[in-house]
Amino acid sequence: MVDKIVIDHFSLQYTDGTESLRDINFNIVANTITVLFGPAGGGKSSLLRCLNRLNDLTEVKVASGKILLDGENILDPKTDVIALRRKVGMVFARPVVLPLTIRGNLTYGLELAGEKRRSRLDDAVERSLKLAALWEEVKDRLGDPAIALSGGQQQRLCLARALANQPEVILLDEPTSGLDPISTGKVEAALQELKRDYTIILVPHSVQQAARTADYAAFFLQGELVEYGEGKSIFTKPKEKRTQDYVEGRFG
Amino acid sequence: MNRKLRIDRTIIQRLGFSLLTLVAVATVIPILAVVAYIIKEGAPAISWEFLTAMPSDGMRAGGILPAIVGTFYLTVGTAIFSVPLGIAAAIYLSEYARDTTWTRIIRIAIINLAGIPSVVYGLFGLGLFVIFLKFGTSILAASLTLSIMTLPVIISASEEALRAVPQAFRTVSISLGGTQWQTIRKIILPQALPGILTGVILGLERAAGETAPILFTGAAFFLPRLPGSPLDATMALPYHLFVISTQVPEMPFQIQYGTALVLIVFVLSMNVIATLVRSRARAKRQW
Repeated sequence: MVDKIVIDHFSLQYTDGTESLRDINFNIVANTITVLFGPAGGGKSSLLRCLNRLNDLTEVKVASGKILLDGENILDPKTDVIALRRKVGMVFARPVVLPLTIRGNLTYGLELAGEKRRSRLDDAVERSLKLAALWEEVKDRLGDPAIALSGGQQQRLCLARALANQPEVILLDEPTSGLDPISTGKVEAALQELKRDYTIILVPHSVQQAARTADYAAFFLQGELVEYGEGKSIFTKPKEKRTQDYVEGRFG
Repeated sequence: MNRKLRIDRTIIQRLGFSLLTLVAVATVIPILAVVAYIIKEGAPAISWEFLTAMPSDGMRAGGILPAIVGTFYLTVGTAIFSVPLGIAAAIYLSEYARDTTWTRIIRIAIINLAGIPSVVYGLFGLGLFVIFLKFGTSILAASLTLSIMTLPVIISASEEALRAVPQAFRTVSISLGGTQWQTIRKIILPQALPGILTGVILGLERAAGETAPILFTGAAFFLPRLPGSPLDATMALPYHLFVISTQVPEMPFQIQYGTALVLIVFVLSMNVIATLVRSRARAKRQW
């Protein structure tokens, strides 16, 4: 068990004060699926967006404490955020395909990094599509506009696109919220395969999904980390009353 | 009783619609009338010679080639200065500038620039480009003057086109390790390009038809030859039209209306191109 990410006394507050995180401490274990769950506005997405510094795009009032990725504090102003974002990929709630071809979406990140060799790009396209369980469905029409895919296919394309960059960590922010149960199943199955090679951090769209997928789980309530532990125990015998109430559907 | 009421309402409804249709049609009549009249009066003047020959007999005969070429040069010259500058300013305002007092002042300035009468631009161009920078009465000075007048149109249209590109594309591109400039160059600009192009063409179209800004800065009453360099003065269609309509005695009507027709065709064809660009891009758009 290796700690991929260490979150150490991390606090966050936005300028408008709507969503904040208070003194968060926990570690994310490499090659597992860690689920961040809890009611809306609890700070899960905010934390996720701090892990690849996508939060830089919004105006943050105060961010204090440390987030260590492989021992390096990514909140350090000297951090190379471009390199960080290649290392920490992200999939969003709504599938956003770029206005390019299927292939163009997949090679986008690598081309930005300066990769021009066609063989490398072809390899990345095939590898990432297979990992996202989409290869068979699109291998004959890689040149089509990505927008022509169905919603479920688009979301797997977004997952493949993040994987094509060969990241080490993958952040998923409610990746199946807009998908039907079959597509959701495909994404979840892909994630189970992926965790052998990647560290996965998932904000699920339901408690059920959290329980299905979590190796480890962290329960967030109003900016506070209420409980963290192994998925098995947190969903069956939580230590905290508030966690139990939420898991059993008494609020949220 | 009820039935009668319903019929009354239907009739009122119909009357209302008919009235609105009538008003809509009425607004188009003047435009159609102008175009039809100019075509009727001007078409007989149009010939190969009219389009390709120099004026002769004190402009009362021959062609209008120097005015056509001059307007073309001025339009291209205006594009050279105003398009890169306008698009760059729009990218700054849409993608980089935060909402501060400073950017608000810039925006207000742009809106107000669009409202300044064109003759004032002409005077400004005379002072700055012709006299102070010593460009003389030239294509260069006139193009720069027209550029300043065109900039607000290009900036506003381009900024609008850039802002219309979904924010999510930016977030995704950044999350994949793109810099802000890479994101703009690879995703945002290509998507905004049709909208930008439409704005550019509409701005240039206005520049091509203007008389006042070039009056003191580059337009010549009559030149026996085509301009040879950007520092030469030039004839231009709108100014030529003004000259032959008011300044030359015993001017044949046909040549006046022929010139007007050429100018209108020049400007309207730019308009048609802009419309085509826009509708083709809409059909292909992926968001």
